[in-house]
Amino acid sequence: MRVVLEITATGVAAGFLAGMFGVGGGILMVPAMVLLLGFSQLDAQATSLAAMLPALGAGALRQRHFGNVRPRAAVTVGVCSLAGVGLGTVLATSLPERVLQVLFSVLLLVVAFRLLWEVRGRRRAPLAHAATGLSHTPVPDAAAIDPVGSRP
Amino acid sequence: MSVPGAGETRRLVGIGLVAGVLSALMGVGGGILVVPALTVLLGFPIKVATGTSLVAITATALTGAAVYGLLGYVDVGSALLLGLPAAVGVLFGAQLQQRLSGDTVQLAFAAFLVAVAGALLVRA
Repeated sequence: MRVVLEITATGVAAGFLAGMFGVGGGILMVPAMVLLLGFSQLDAQATSLAAMLPALGAGALRQRHFGNVRPRAAVTVGVCSLAGVGLGTVLATSLPERVLQVLFSVLLLVVAFRLLWEVRGRRRAPLAHAATGLSHTPVPDAAAIDPVGSRP
Repeated sequence: MSVPGAGETRRLVGIGLVAGVLSALMGVGGGILVVPALTVLLGFPIKVATGTSLVAITATALTGAAVYGLLGYVDVGSALLLGLPAAVGVLFGAQLQQRLSGDTVQLAFAAFLVAVAGALLVRA
């Protein structure tokens, strides 16, 4: 029971931070599983993909409701991503565990750097920086734009 | 609604391919790549880039999860215990974004991510 509560709390925390900072759930859930729950890197990554589906699905439906989706672009990116998934799966299951961990650490650093860059950008050119999606400047309906932290 | 031209289509194809690899290789959604790519390479407004990305990467993550699930790597129980609360948590986090997320907090979170990266590297 205690373990169930711990995992649930971890999920809420990971989701909360993801939503607040506009990062995706996977970025936080994978390390949480590896460092707190003792998962292997690959098991954590695989489970993370399954775990993020409710948040992604709900977010996607909500964005469609708001009219923020360009269907052909979404379909093109989505369908082509499947080929990428094939390659990514082969790579992930072939590469050593430690290579995956190093790669994931690099990904975390990239996300951290992006956040630093956003802060820097806001201080220099607040309006210009907000338009590219590379800024996390809160906009009036930020929650409507990004309710599930679609990145990564 | 505009139909993508040939140049746009090529970019969308490229974005999809790379996002798919990133997602399946790292266990993330892929949005970190797709959203900036849609704004910078295709000129989508940020709201539309975010919404379009969400729809696209739902398919990406779903496929990845299905493949890994068939291969036996997915812990379904943990996925539910983490993922359903996370969906709720995200809504709260997004709502509080305006009030709580300032520069200092964002820098602290960036530092936290660096620390997590370090913890993973130590284990590697």
